[in-house]
Amino acid sequence: MAYDKFNILTSTAVPLPIENVDTDQLIPARFLKATERVGFGDNLFRDWRYNPDNTPKKDFVLNDPTYSGKILVGGKNFGSGSSREHAAWSVYDYGFRCVVSSFFADIFRGNCLNIGVLPVQVSPEFSEKMFAAIFADPKTEIEVNLPNQTITLLATGEKETFEINSYKKNNMLNGFDDIDYLQSIKGEIEEFAENLPL
Amino acid sequence: MSKTLFDKVWDTHVVRKIEGGPDVLFIDRHLIHEVTSPVAFLGLKTRGIKVLYPNRTFATADHNTPTINQHLPVADPLSANQLHMLEENSNEYGISYWGLGHQKNGIVHVVGPEYGITQPGATIVCGDSHTSTHGAFGAIAFGIGTSEVEMVLATQCIMQPKPKKMRINVNGKLGKGVTPKDVALFIISQLTTSGATGYFVEYAGDVFENMTMEGRMTVCNLSIEMGARGGMIAPDETTINYVKGREFSPKGEAWDKALAYYKTLKTDADAVFDKELTFDGATIEPMITYGTNPGMGMGISHDIPDAADVEGGAATYAKSLGYMGFSEGQSMIGKQVDFVFVGSCTNGRIEDFRAFTSLVKGKHKADNVTAWLVPGSHIVEAQIKEEGLLDILTDAGFELRQPGCSACLAMNDDKVPAGKYAVSTSNRNFEGRQGPGSRTMLASPLVAAAAAVTGVVTDPRTLIEELV
Repeated sequence: MAYDKFNILTSTAVPLPIENVDTDQLIPARFLKATERVGFGDNLFRDWRYNPDNTPKKDFVLNDPTYSGKILVGGKNFGSGSSREHAAWSVYDYGFRCVVSSFFADIFRGNCLNIGVLPVQVSPEFSEKMFAAIFADPKTEIEVNLPNQTITLLATGEKETFEINSYKKNNMLNGFDDIDYLQSIKGEIEEFAENLPL
Repeated sequence: MSKTLFDKVWDTHVVRKIEGGPDVLFIDRHLIHEVTSPVAFLGLKTRGIKVLYPNRTFATADHNTPTINQHLPVADPLSANQLHMLEENSNEYGISYWGLGHQKNGIVHVVGPEYGITQPGATIVCGDSHTSTHGAFGAIAFGIGTSEVEMVLATQCIMQPKPKKMRINVNGKLGKGVTPKDVALFIISQLTTSGATGYFVEYAGDVFENMTMEGRMTVCNLSIEMGARGGMIAPDETTINYVKGREFSPKGEAWDKALAYYKTLKTDADAVFDKELTFDGATIEPMITYGTNPGMGMGISHDIPDAADVEGGAATYAKSLGYMGFSEGQSMIGKQVDFVFVGSCTNGRIEDFRAFTSLVKGKHKADNVTAWLVPGSHIVEAQIKEEGLLDILTDAGFELRQPGCSACLAMNDDKVPAGKYAVSTSNRNFEGRQGPGSRTMLASPLVAAAAAVTGVVTDPRTLIEELV
């Protein structure tokens, strides 16, 4: 599915300094019944965000008008658990284009890259600096520069480089997905399939 | 060059390596279910692409199905629509479809092996993280997202960087009442919920060699709960005896060819792993979790650790214990239990019901406990009846439900109410996993049985002398 190209993102950020944020918090299973990819942002962090009577929980960061932006900064081991791509869809649909953490769960990271959310893994020290900077000044801006693979706290100029493989980087920069690529080598795949052991 | 089991299977399936990028990996078998497939089919339609190899994909409905009255129409319109879409898409693209009411319907990771779809040395994916289950056969099996489901339907390939390799050795004799589930929960408690992220695990040692296929499936199933993409066990006689003669297993000449391939599937003696860990099986106790991720587990006789003694931040730890209503230093023995769930792709196989039944035999379900016993498939359901387990369970006050994922993720009506405690043989104790506000303690079928008959968390070793 097509997604917006990602180049340089400059935005304020939403801090969520909780570790092991799992996919059941990102999108609880009872909201996985849709057959189209629409409306998932409404249920992002549903049970942390809303009371059982659907009134907003005032102390949850997404309900706090102090914080906003296209960057979500989470704690260590972000996105653990299920393979549900709905978790990444919810993040994207809510309006985030980048998730920052000192450590990502594997499948969630891959799902993000496949749908146009950039997962940026930073050092634990830089993660601490980011949380401190955002809490000190919720309007502080962060630049995520994909071409240069850097993330910068613009107020102080503190920056760190992040890793992304060159294939995925090119996809994100151009809004390409893997199916475009795989379709282009279909002949090679069919030939390969002739000689498998099973 | 010396190779690990994982290298051998992976390298055999690499169509093309992209420099500075992922490998293009060919997928032998693809399993789909109603929840993570509809948007993938929608993608195919939008792009005007056909399914490249419909006979390599198998569809079953499991996540979102009722576990009672399956002969009646599904009441929830959203669930009914999702099930209908799976049937429609499968029919349109020529994919085998095992819907509700079909004899082969059941939990995708239970029926796949039962019908021989799961093969040693195969690459197997499904839009479900517990696809790691199939690694028990020496397959590379892992969960994928919906974009990847679409890739597999369209091209039978996905694009993945090759993970690092870890070997986990467990040797020694397991103690009384210690099951494969306990071995897995023990390993996860040692590694934490993210300790194997970025790795593919091979389980080795006599503890796994002595396990049945059902036990190995339970262990490999839980690999994802320590962050590993998957886990695998080298195929041996136990594996081959299980696979031989099943409906989709190779036959005749194809079987001889497959058998020759299976026999190559072991790690070379001098192959190197990026990480290797060894544990003594004799030190493992029946396990139970006390927190909100599967890494927060301990031997059932232990006390809940202090924040200072666990990895991770104190705030997250306090939030987790607060959610559970537990405190540091408490014993789990005697804790309140409202629900007991036996089932799921982790513990919904015949051995699990044998273990549960062996402990409740001659006893009675505690009045304060609601018990949901949900077989993983119709084959398991039939075995429970044929082996006489159902009669024992009925005498003890238990009922058997119909196959499905059920309360493991509570997409259907099998939801644990807010604030209530469940001892569950499933795989995740995340906040709200078994229903909004539910509190889950993960454990083996034996620990579940002990809770079911006493009404509180109980060490199963205190209840019977000789356990199976």
